Amino acid sequence: MVERGTWGVKTGLAQMLKGGVIMDVTNAEQAKIAEEAGACAVMALERVPADIRAAGGVARMADPKVIQEIMNSVSIPVMAKCRIGHFVEAQVLEALGIDFIDESEVLTPADEAHHIWKHSFKVPFVCGCRDLGEALRRIGEGAAMIRTKGEAGTGNVVEAVRHMRAVTEGIRRVVAASEEELMAIAKEMGAPFELVSELHQTGKLPVVNFAAGGIATPADAALMMQLGADGVFVGSGIFKSSNPSARAKAIVVATTNYQNPAIIAEVSRGLGEAMPGLDIKQIPSQELLAARGW
Amino acid sequence: MKIGVLALQGDFREHLAMVSRLGVDNIAVRSASELEGLNGLIIPGGESTTALILMHNFGLIEPIRKLAKNGMPIMGTCAGMIHLAKEVLSPNMETLGLMDITVRRNGFGRQIDSFEIDIPITILPGGSFHAIFIRAPVIERVGPAVEVLARLPDDKAIAVKEENLVALAFHPELTLDTRLHEYFLAMASSSKIIENKP
Repeated sequence: MVERGTWGVKTGLAQMLKGGVIMDVTNAEQAKIAEEAGACAVMALERVPADIRAAGGVARMADPKVIQEIMNSVSIPVMAKCRIGHFVEAQVLEALGIDFIDESEVLTPADEAHHIWKHSFKVPFVCGCRDLGEALRRIGEGAAMIRTKGEAGTGNVVEAVRHMRAVTEGIRRVVAASEEELMAIAKEMGAPFELVSELHQTGKLPVVNFAAGGIATPADAALMMQLGADGVFVGSGIFKSSNPSARAKAIVVATTNYQNPAIIAEVSRGLGEAMPGLDIKQIPSQELLAARGW
Repeated sequence: MKIGVLALQGDFREHLAMVSRLGVDNIAVRSASELEGLNGLIIPGGESTTALILMHNFGLIEPIRKLAKNGMPIMGTCAGMIHLAKEVLSPNMETLGLMDITVRRNGFGRQIDSFEIDIPITILPGGSFHAIFIRAPVIERVGPAVEVLARLPDDKAIAVKEENLVALAFHPELTLDTRLHEYFLAMASSSKIIENKP
């Protein structure tokens, strides 16, 4: 019997993206540049996070016309973002035939108490996290892939590093714990006990975990890979730089060869200006995107 | 015996883990020098365009072609099947071009059309195989020297063999079923490679 939309095919697509770079694009032309550079998927947006941050106001799901033009222009998987808790935006994206939905803190949340119940969709979801508890809550709701939140649109990798280290530290703690400690850890982390218990046995997350939020250079991408990311999302970092095509190619090569500094040095040469960066401490706390969702 | 898994992008770790589970030495291959001394090569699933660009960048195309012609067993799964095919449609791309098959990328549709199914594979002992298809390629033409190992109920070929080459449209590495890997390792251990220096 043929079965579609299963946990196996949802998490399986995330497995196929591993070791790759997922790039934010806002039109068909950028999508083609990303595909030719070797992106393993693209994220279809109306504006990259740096512009969303600059514009303020309410950020929503992109216009279906923009998304469809991007879907028609490339043969790699196309992702799109919906607002946290906005399950109708997710239904619309699924109806468009999108390959992956990012329930994203980069857009303005539609529900401050609930995330989408993702198990009821056939399309897979990726969600952001800042630590292991948040990752396991999203997986419990049906996320087939996890990414660090980082701080999108800043070109500053510090938050992505913080979140990746927090996830890794959480995993180490659960693995090292004795069985009688697992319930207390689950309570403290606010994570589903079954997932904590499974992690204790397997020693790894049940889904793929990418890094996102502030990656701007080949070295940033390789840093996140060496910290244990399965792959990277690059948002504003490519099309807000002075030479998007060269930078995109360099980040792809650095992500594959993250353990080879000589290759990272070679591809980092003469890429031109990276995107302008922001110091996280200068951003008012109410404007931090990572604090959206729980 | 040592098996290489092309480790440019995709689920190469799952293949490496499968081979380890079967007690065989293995290596993640990212450069031509790492192809030396192998008894077999697995090309994993992933995004075919990404892996192809990286294969060109790192000068892996010609060395792999040469090893294949010298008789080295190669198994490709999903994107790996696309790399092995002589002809690829939608879009047309230059691959390793080793097997006399024509495949259509994403031939079953987008991700929402991805599926799982139990299929009989006659060469394997122990009943049907749980096959996971993810944005999988469709084999549209099979050359006269190509043997079909498995088909879907609608008759589409999904596993094919041509001498030392095996291509699967699905992902045995995402299951716990090691039978297809055992089949490939048996090919690798009995193969006569003329020269395994790339």
